Amino acid sequence: MLLEIKDLHAEIDGKEILRGINLCIGRGEVHAIMGPNGSGKSTLSAVLAGHPAYRVTQGEVIFQGKDLLAISPEDRSREGLFLSFQYPIEIPGVSMVNFMRAAVNEHRKYRQQEPMSATEFLRVMKQKREVVQLDNSLASRSVNEGFSGGEKKRNEIFQMAMLEPSLSILDETDSGLDIDALRIVSEGVNKLKRPDNSTIVITHYQRLLDYIVPDVVHVLYKGRIVRTAGRELVAELEEKGYDWIKQEVGE
Amino acid sequence: MKQQKQNKLVTDLLDSDYKYGFTTDVQTDVIPVGINEEVVRLISAKKNEPQWLLDFRLRAYRKWVTMPLPTWAHLNIPPIDFQNISYYAAPRKHRDDSRQIDPELVDTFNKLGIPLEEQKRLSGMAVDAVMDSTSVKTTYREDLAKLGVIFCSIGEAVQHYPELVRKYLGSVVSYADNFYAALNSAVFSDGSFVYIPKGVRCPMELSTYFRINAMGTGQFERTLIVADDDSYVSYLEGCTAPMRDENQLHAAIVEIVVLDRAEVKYSTVQNWYPGDKNGKGGIYKFVTKRALCQGESSKVFWTQVETGSAITWKYPGCVLKGDNSVGEFYSVAFTNNYQQADTGTKMIHLGKNTRSRIVSKGISAGRSQNAYRGLVKVGKNADGARNFSQCDSLLIGKQCGAHTFPVIDVQNPTAVLEHEASTSKINEDQLFYCNQRGISTEDAVGLIVGGFTKEVLNKLPMEFAVEAQKLLQISLEGSVG
Repeated sequence: MLLEIKDLHAEIDGKEILRGINLCIGRGEVHAIMGPNGSGKSTLSAVLAGHPAYRVTQGEVIFQGKDLLAISPEDRSREGLFLSFQYPIEIPGVSMVNFMRAAVNEHRKYRQQEPMSATEFLRVMKQKREVVQLDNSLASRSVNEGFSGGEKKRNEIFQMAMLEPSLSILDETDSGLDIDALRIVSEGVNKLKRPDNSTIVITHYQRLLDYIVPDVVHVLYKGRIVRTAGRELVAELEEKGYDWIKQEVGE
Repeated sequence: MKQQKQNKLVTDLLDSDYKYGFTTDVQTDVIPVGINEEVVRLISAKKNEPQWLLDFRLRAYRKWVTMPLPTWAHLNIPPIDFQNISYYAAPRKHRDDSRQIDPELVDTFNKLGIPLEEQKRLSGMAVDAVMDSTSVKTTYREDLAKLGVIFCSIGEAVQHYPELVRKYLGSVVSYADNFYAALNSAVFSDGSFVYIPKGVRCPMELSTYFRINAMGTGQFERTLIVADDDSYVSYLEGCTAPMRDENQLHAAIVEIVVLDRAEVKYSTVQNWYPGDKNGKGGIYKFVTKRALCQGESSKVFWTQVETGSAITWKYPGCVLKGDNSVGEFYSVAFTNNYQQADTGTKMIHLGKNTRSRIVSKGISAGRSQNAYRGLVKVGKNADGARNFSQCDSLLIGKQCGAHTFPVIDVQNPTAVLEHEASTSKINEDQLFYCNQRGISTEDAVGLIVGGFTKEVLNKLPMEFAVEAQKLLQISLEGSVG
């Protein structure tokens, strides 16, 4: 098992958002987490990545045999957990090449590997940016500054390609994308798929899941997973909407 | 909760150590505290000065006693008891003719990374090492002398090149310029003197390293640089001081005279002891630095990285008198804990087609206050003058302040001035984003500050840029979240 979430409760500013999440993800699996707005999807990804604004009040998370919640956000990354942000953050003045080089070398240091040489790094960077069709101006641009919505999301997947995580969480990666950008981003994610890495795709809509095909689909509602099924659930949700789920859980 | 956590990160990161805080145990000749005409005469006598220089000092002293303490800066300055400071301190046996320097001094400068022994000298850089009030050693003098370049302590220059010193001393910064300039002119101790003859391109970086060691003393150094027609020199200044609980006063003057088509680059990495994290101790620094672009097409470039001192009051300026002369000012001022800085520049356009450029980057962390103060003045004869100013502030944490006081005074309708300013803050989301990619908070702050200051650090000579980067890194250590 790659990730095991047991009875996870979390709050922000004293307000409970996650109310007992249970979820298991095996190696090589793609899980979709769907649900209406405000159900806690983004909170779940933020909590897994260790965002300091959230407080875990109960439960545990085991990631690759380790107690994830006891690990610092940077070490979670170095352990192989990657979050593709719904709203990627701009860092003016810091070039993508410096940013990514710092990140890659921190990961290598954690694994007791030597830092990557500049030439090798540029070679890898070129190869990985091509996965999401970003051109060579990327290196010198400041992190996400002046990027279009589509470029920001492609940049997230580029970083995922560079860091080769064992678990990637794609938080609403489809939001704000036109159909071409959606295709580039999804194809990028699919190219990075290996038998030993896993993906959590968080989304409202079916359209992303037409490209990134999930093995398991969960519906999150009011901080709990209220339904888990195979990929056929996507079509059912698309057809019936979330009201159907709400009725099923007795509202 | 969120707030507390962030504050904790901020304080953790800002807790850094000052690594130059040691003291050297050398015999020091210190005169009793206090200032009056007798003290001024005593200093002059100790330095065996000619009458004209004593007269200069006395005029300055008499002016100083009539001047009020300046209070216009955005600084909270505790009262300074000028009668409780010793105005002269010199390590004994410092500059023997036999070239024997006290091994303790050599050792001190070694610890600071400034080897003074012949065989270990820094390559490509001549150094004048100044401890307390006196120059300890100047390296590479003979090599420079072959080109006619004079690089020595100002005390020696007074003895050996009195006409040059007399001609230019006080010609850029008059003794009556301001309170601290008057004080410096009365009691100035050592500093460096540089003269680059006509048409000479100085082949190495000239550098002065200032070190305060003695307790209860002030440091009043004076630097004079003269670049004759068609010459070029790049000059560096570095400074450190021991960690002490009391505050020490540093009031320096730097004068630069640039003649026709000459070019001077003056770079400073200022790292005086900033005080501890509770704001105890540290250097009070009141400095007047000015360049006079006297000749046509002359150029001056000021670059400063200011990370030290409890209080910084400093506005390196350019008087652009020669037609087509150029003045540029690049500054990074970093304040942390309880440090206060009020710094910037003055660009005075007097000649025709004069150009100036100001790039100021202020970084405030902890509970510090950081102000940019600038004056761009265009005189009525300065046809075609141009200025570009850019002032950016970066805030780290929630308890610090950044302030900007730009003043523009234009008396010629053909002038073109541009001003850009920005204030940004390192926020929690940026740090979390970096963390999520495996970059620690401390390294993330380093990256962001590095990006913010890049444009200025790139202006420093290579060796210095590396040192400045390290210094910023150290100052940030223990700094944000």
